[in-house]
Amino acid sequence: MRMPVPDETIVARRDDIIDALREAMPGGGLIVDETELKAYECDGLTAYTELPMIVALPEDTEQVAAILRICHEMGVNVVPRGAGTSLSGGAIPRGDAVTLGLARLNRILDIDFDNRAVTAQPGVTNLAITRAVEDRGFYYAPDPSSQIACTIGGNVAENSGGVHCLKYGLTTNNLLGVEMVLMTGERLRLGGKHLDAGGLDLLGVVCGSEGLLGIVTEVTVRILRAPETARALLIGFPSTHAAGDCVARIIGRGIIPAGLEMMDRPAIGAAEAFVKAGYPLDAEALLIVELDGPASEVDELIERVSEIARTLGASTLRASRDEAERQKFWAGRKAAFPATGMISPDYYCMDGTIPRRALPRVLDRINHLSERYRLKVANVFHAGDGNLHPLVLYDANLPGELESAEKFGADILRLCVEFGGVLTGEHGVGLEKRDLMETMFDAVDLEHQQRLKCAFDPDNRLNPGKVFPTLHRCAELGRVHVKRGEVRFPDLPRF
Amino acid sequence: MSEILRPQTADQAREVLAWAAAEEKPVDLRGAGSKHRLGHPVAADIVLETAGLSGISLYEPEELVLTAGAGTPLAEIVATLDAHGQGLAFEPPDLGPLLGAPPDHATLGGVVSCNLAGPRRPTAGAVRDHVLGFHAVSGRGEAFKSGGRVVKNVTGFDLSKLVCGAFGTLGLLTRITVKVLPKPERAVTVTLTGLDMDAAGRAMTRALGSPLAVSGAAHLPDGDPAGGPPLTALRLEGPPSSVAARCQGLGALLSDLGAVGALDEAESADLWTRLRDVAPFVGGDGPLWRISLPPAAGPAVAEAIRARAGGRFLLDWGGGLIWAALPEATDAHAATVRGALAPHGGHATLVRASESQRRAVPVFEPPPGPLAELTRRVRQGFDPKGILNPGRMG
Ligand SMILES: Cc1cc2nc3c(=O)[nH]c(=O)nc-3n(C[C@H](O)[C@H](O)[C@H](O)COP(=O)(O)OP(=O)(O)OC[C@H]3O[C@@H](n4cnc5c(N)ncnc54)[C@H](O)[C@@H]3O)c2cc1C
Repeated sequence: MRMPVPDETIVARRDDIIDALREAMPGGGLIVDETELKAYECDGLTAYTELPMIVALPEDTEQVAAILRICHEMGVNVVPRGAGTSLSGGAIPRGDAVTLGLARLNRILDIDFDNRAVTAQPGVTNLAITRAVEDRGFYYAPDPSSQIACTIGGNVAENSGGVHCLKYGLTTNNLLGVEMVLMTGERLRLGGKHLDAGGLDLLGVVCGSEGLLGIVTEVTVRILRAPETARALLIGFPSTHAAGDCVARIIGRGIIPAGLEMMDRPAIGAAEAFVKAGYPLDAEALLIVELDGPASEVDELIERVSEIARTLGASTLRASRDEAERQKFWAGRKAAFPATGMISPDYYCMDGTIPRRALPRVLDRINHLSERYRLKVANVFHAGDGNLHPLVLYDANLPGELESAEKFGADILRLCVEFGGVLTGEHGVGLEKRDLMETMFDAVDLEHQQRLKCAFDPDNRLNPGKVFPTLHRCAELGRVHVKRGEVRFPDLPRF
Repeated sequence: MSEILRPQTADQAREVLAWAAAEEKPVDLRGAGSKHRLGHPVAADIVLETAGLSGISLYEPEELVLTAGAGTPLAEIVATLDAHGQGLAFEPPDLGPLLGAPPDHATLGGVVSCNLAGPRRPTAGAVRDHVLGFHAVSGRGEAFKSGGRVVKNVTGFDLSKLVCGAFGTLGLLTRITVKVLPKPERAVTVTLTGLDMDAAGRAMTRALGSPLAVSGAAHLPDGDPAGGPPLTALRLEGPPSSVAARCQGLGALLSDLGAVGALDEAESADLWTRLRDVAPFVGGDGPLWRISLPPAAGPAVAEAIRARAGGRFLLDWGGGLIWAALPEATDAHAATVRGALAPHGGHATLVRASESQRRAVPVFEPPPGPLAELTRRVRQGFDPKGILNPGRMG
């Protein structure tokens, strides 16, 4: 991975920048001391670190706007940051940038049960939203595994998903509105408590824009009434092919489970050793299928899925009988990452998506790559939507292993694209996958995306170096190359 | 007379737009023209129709995905999906008849470009929630693509959202991939008769806030058929046993509000299709507004408009969508409608009005200054010469 090279002309002005920011933040919140800056040197992609030039922790939207205005006027880069759990290096600092941390904007502003909407500041954690409404039987559906820590602002920036997004959608499908501040300090509102805001759907592109378009300072999400019941099935198969067939058949029969997860043998082993969830150690693949809704519906669908699993030769088939058992089925899956951390000094989590039915073939190819790179891999998938999380196991203390793991990871992502899939399903491009963008998009595609960036942030100050492999200046992208006097499409039918 | 061009391939479409960009000639983009009267009138000598960009190129039922040319008739897609027990969960409305065009004429590209969704919108999402990827030609005369064919994808900016509801002003869509879903096994409707607007609002809010998974909540203040007592309709979909149990539950939940009844499957399907297509207002000729707002404010805003302008109303999306058919007025009652909406937030679109009204009145909710400026910059990136449906969105 190439780390961005700091612009020395910005670094040289550090003291002036600090003075200007200090004036905008009279109540404190500026971090300039090297030992304190260290706490911000990386995000969830921990193999890479860089000390930020300055960290600013504003206490309200006015301060966010003031900081941005100063950085805009002084020509300073800005890296937005929520909880810093990004797995793609989206929040990795730069030596020439102010890291703008939103953690202190952590209040829930409005809970509106009649309109089924919650408005929160960006630093509120994902789980805190559900916690705020669960006493009335409501919840916020997207549930990334990092939900205790990650912020709703970060979720919007990454368009994060969770195990329940097969049925309930990703962040973007549950987002009603935002307030955001542009690099110039201008404040805007997109959407609100109504649907489909009218005009161009800028809310739709701000979600998932990885901090490149503006700073999100308020988020309105829809909340749902929790389903009456949820039950899970634990299904073991002697082959990944059979498990893949089971996934296809469940969906082919018109059943959309609330969650549909798969783990392969190494992942099952690691999870079982870690949390003793009662997973079958003889299975090559394990499915967790969760069905939710009214009790009568759930019971019926549990029976239908069980029947499919039996027909396909499931070696283990257990349905949760109560809430405790359902939680137990999930415990292993939810702890899959830390569990992997127990069986290997380091692991590298990938995040490609493939068409579901390619699953067994892609797994075979991953196993070949694993032999070639001499690195083990454990696989956990959001099987229902084809989102793979291969965990490449390595030891950073062995010379060259990190580089090998990265090459292996990049090959896995290229494989996903080769099979009709994409580079990232929910973790974002960030710094990590930036240089792979050209495997999916040609130059014209990327230029059209970058012009959107130009409309929001023409000087490219917000999170520079992320997402786009090559940077064109906006003035250059804006030019129209006309070829006049061409023959006027003689072959076209006219009426 | 304008010249009508029908490119047969995406590459031909690109040639046309490259030429138009070079010559700075505005182009009126159309599918089959069923919603051609939606939006501001476009002044262009060239009409580009997508009829030649037709056909389903990929449909994998078990993958829940379908790819088709932008000019593919929606009816063809719906029939293909239907044969596999699947459908488009966003329930695309057929607004042709409402806008003076024949029924069943819409194309996929047109539905996507207008981001139209039916009664299931609050629970299943809009078109924009179901478009997975697309190919298009921008106003620069360049072919580009975004997204893919898988549901979970955060690779790069989500331009698929942006082109939904852009009314062709960012590019000519040539090929679109959508997520499809199994159709519910059964759908029935629980009704309440005789509620006033306010009580209907409370009924819908209570139903949508319950765990009974209501997939449609509408109120017809003029009854169904029109002239009868007000009718409030709540749809339940799913496996038969579940639907039956929830039907009972919903009846019990709402029994204190009024007389509870039920529609059988056929009656239910008919009602929701007519609501989807705004059938009660087909054939009228006064201004017709489509107002999207916070659902709990629906009854109050409808009453406020009625008090000042009269007219007839339909509430859908649990109150979050008002269709208001108003009597003639020079400004089409824009000041009344937008004034009533302003305290609550939302947007009002003048869906049907005379051409002169559509020239004079902002059809779409005018965005506040900074947002208008940002929108202009975004559009300029895709269409620097302003050749794509210029002025259609205002
Ligand atoms: C153990 C673990 C499990 C995880 N599981 C999942 C999972 O199941 N599903 C999933 O999708 N992700 C998962 N993630 C990834 C990560 O948690 C999500 O991407 C999350 O949304 C990031 O939120 P954050 O607050 O930590 O943002 P950060 O990491 O701080 O930032 C992420 C990006 O958002 C930008 N940003 C942050 N806040 C704002 C703002 N207010 N305005 C504008 N831009 C902003 C940053 O610049 C950066 O580009 C996991 C991570 C870990 C460590």
